Amino acid sequence: MDFSYSYLILVLPLVTFLFLGLMGTRLSRKAAGVVGTTMMGITAVIAYTIALDYFFGTTQGQIVDGIRQQLVAWDLTWLEFSEKLVIKVGFLLDPISAMMLMIITTVSFLVHLYSLGYMQDHHHEYEKGLQRYYAFLSLFSLSMLGLVVAPNIFQMYIFWELVGVSSYLLIGFYYTLPAAVSASKKAFIVTRFADLGFLVGILILSFYTQTFDFITLTSDPTAAIATAGGATFMGCSVTAWALTLIFMGGAGKSAMFPLHIWLPDAMEGPTPVSALIHAATMVVAGVYLIARMFPLYCLEEGTMMVITVIGAFTAFYAAAVACVQSDIKRVLAFSTISQIAFMVTSLGVARPELHDGVGYMASMFHLFTHAMFKALLFLCAGAIIHAVHSNEMSAMGGLRKYMPICNIAFAIGCLAIAGIPPFAGFFSKDEILVAAFLNSPIWGVWMMLVAGMTAFYMFRLYYKIFWWNNPDYGHHTPHDAPMTMSLPLIILSVVSILAGFVPFGEMVTYDRASHPIHMTMWVAVSSVAVAVIAILLATKLYLKENEAPTKMKNAFNGLWTAAYNRFYMDELYQFITHKIIFERVSRPLAWFDRQIVDGSLNKLASLTNAASFAVRKLQSGNVQVYVYVYLIGALLLGAITVICLI
Amino acid sequence: MESLGNIIAYFIITLSIIVFSVMTVTTRKILRAATYLLFVLFATAGIYFQMGYEFLGAVQIAVYAGGILVLFVFAIFLTGKPGKDSEPLESQKKMVGLSAAVLSALVCGYALFSKWDMCMSLANQPLDVTINKIGTMLLSTEKFGYLLPFEAISILLLACIIGGIVIARKR
Amino acid sequence: MELTLLMYIVPSLIMFCCGVYGFVTRKNMIAILISLELMLNAVDINFVVFNRYLFPGEMEGMFFSLFAIAIAAAETALAIAIIVNVFRMAKNIDIRELTKMKF
Repeated sequence: MDFSYSYLILVLPLVTFLFLGLMGTRLSRKAAGVVGTTMMGITAVIAYTIALDYFFGTTQGQIVDGIRQQLVAWDLTWLEFSEKLVIKVGFLLDPISAMMLMIITTVSFLVHLYSLGYMQDHHHEYEKGLQRYYAFLSLFSLSMLGLVVAPNIFQMYIFWELVGVSSYLLIGFYYTLPAAVSASKKAFIVTRFADLGFLVGILILSFYTQTFDFITLTSDPTAAIATAGGATFMGCSVTAWALTLIFMGGAGKSAMFPLHIWLPDAMEGPTPVSALIHAATMVVAGVYLIARMFPLYCLEEGTMMVITVIGAFTAFYAAAVACVQSDIKRVLAFSTISQIAFMVTSLGVARPELHDGVGYMASMFHLFTHAMFKALLFLCAGAIIHAVHSNEMSAMGGLRKYMPICNIAFAIGCLAIAGIPPFAGFFSKDEILVAAFLNSPIWGVWMMLVAGMTAFYMFRLYYKIFWWNNPDYGHHTPHDAPMTMSLPLIILSVVSILAGFVPFGEMVTYDRASHPIHMTMWVAVSSVAVAVIAILLATKLYLKENEAPTKMKNAFNGLWTAAYNRFYMDELYQFITHKIIFERVSRPLAWFDRQIVDGSLNKLASLTNAASFAVRKLQSGNVQVYVYVYLIGALLLGAITVICLI
Repeated sequence: MESLGNIIAYFIITLSIIVFSVMTVTTRKILRAATYLLFVLFATAGIYFQMGYEFLGAVQIAVYAGGILVLFVFAIFLTGKPGKDSEPLESQKKMVGLSAAVLSALVCGYALFSKWDMCMSLANQPLDVTINKIGTMLLSTEKFGYLLPFEAISILLLACIIGGIVIARKR
Repeated sequence: MELTLLMYIVPSLIMFCCGVYGFVTRKNMIAILISLELMLNAVDINFVVFNRYLFPGEMEGMFFSLFAIAIAAAETALAIAIIVNVFRMAKNIDIRELTKMKF
């Protein structure tokens, strides 16, 4: 069986989206949910078939000489502008796209299922607009799948924008809430701004290398760069500029430091959406993009340095902010930023010659495990919010007695993200630390510190929700979620426990050859030790209600306030956009536009208007006036005739 | 020298034309305007008779006085209260109308007086217009024959009948 | 006393001027139509009189008047049909109020 049936992976979500979108409210809410979930389930089955066939089959030439091949299942010409400028739509199968197919369809299916339970109000009525919700979820799945299988950078860009649009639509799902509306706008504008860089990068790169094709670009990156002919701009080669600009697009989607501000606000959307889009899939698109073009990035040392520095700084910054937030979804959002920064750093420090490019493998491995355990954590958070009707930690506490399933699942997720063996996060994070130490001990120590902070803030979150104190919930006792919500939690818990044992090194590597993972013992031991110490510290501080956290807060009040306010990044943006761009740039431009450009045209229009009013009297519609004028004219002619001829 | 009867008839005709024309356009009752118009039309027919065009005079009375004026009277009854006075004219409008009338009188008068000899000519040749001759010429295709205009007028009248029905019928 | 050409032309000219005056000043559409008939009639007289005095051997002027009368009849019939129709729609035949056609 060849892979031509893979078009179903894109067609099924598209059909679902069109069906649900066009049917609208003619379909009952429940029916829309069931249809969306079923179709996603079928898509997931097909995606699994393809991915497993790719990894373990042999009939299609998946492996030649021990190297997994990049297979193009199909490739259609979409737009043909000229002989060289041809835009295609296709389906590329290689280790990372096959891996992403599995991640996306798994999480997406589970989120579809979970939403059936989550999107209900207190009286177990389905929420208004559920048809729209499922239509948008289908659109998102379509765009994300199209993004990961893109065989050329232009198709990737198109689906990249579609992902942004569906993210915008889903964040703003509760469009009656002003917070949701502004959050969706913020997300869209910030990522659009980043995508501007992406687009410029694509244009530069394709102009100089004469191709959009990933395979042509990455199979022989040296030749591709040589096509540019050593053109430079401001002292750096054009390819370095192009790759840095493309990374800017990736940084926008993946919420890297200066462009991260949209992600915490995006938590205004429904929690399952946060799990799917803002934790597991869309936000790793930036990482995926760098991985996709990794051979090119390897040749530009400067760009790699930029990536590493931004990644490492973001990881630390987000972890520091996550330590003091009080809204559980925001803690998870900053934790997501931090973990994605881990992946970005891992790619940044990866070099082909360092231990067979272990950083690349580690990054993809962490992407995989993180998608699973972070989706788990978000879905748990959704269940908790559903139970106590609040996002704030202060409204929670002691929930372990009321929600046992959620308690265990959340604990598994925390252990996984903290990097405690044998949970999934340990293996992937360990490989990242190995890659960082191989590149430079500085990055190694730095990332290990951040890993410790991760363990600390995650367990702070866990204890604050499930232990801490025993508030009186009154007659509204929280209880475990219904089966549609609990089942995804259980599945993801199992995956989070077992995912670490996937032989990733044999499946996903930078040169697609098999490089089995070797544990570096001293790194593993020290990282586990750091995590355990952090967890113990969190246990000491937050297991039982006590005064120690408040005392610590008061002791470092300035630092605490700064971190709580995310080190005033949003305020800085507000200042730059409003005070500098709007006041100093946009306002004069607007003045010029209104007064000079519009003004001259308006003046022209009002002149015409005035002239028209002046001559309007001639066309009064009064027949007698016409006759009178006609008569006078005739008399004049008659008089002239008489005078001249007689 | 004309016969005395002819001269008396001339003065009666001229006087009624002038008086009734002026009254037609100055009266404020629309039905009276129509009646004065009838008198003017009769006087015009009188001129035709005096000139010796009996057939034309008969047509004038039959078509104008008998047909068109009846039509006017019907229209007046259909479209309003015939006994009601129209509002008096504003002086400005009156001046505009007067100026138009006087101007046209001036231009035409100047044209007439510049051809003073022509204006003083007399009708001394005898006239020979019989119904027989008119009928022959109307249906003749020779020189000075009027078959083509005659047919054109027939079609025009037919079109006019149809058009009148189409426009005025109830929708 | 001789009856010269001028003696017939002058009443006809006066009739024409009355028609002009009426056309420009009257408000009722039927009154305007009546003024129009006056002007038309004046022209008919001119045709006939010129024919009789200047070209007594020919009949063109008479025939023109004949046709003019026929056309006047047709024109009046149509105009009155239009006026009745307008009255039905606008309940009014005051020419100053009927300015919708200009749009």
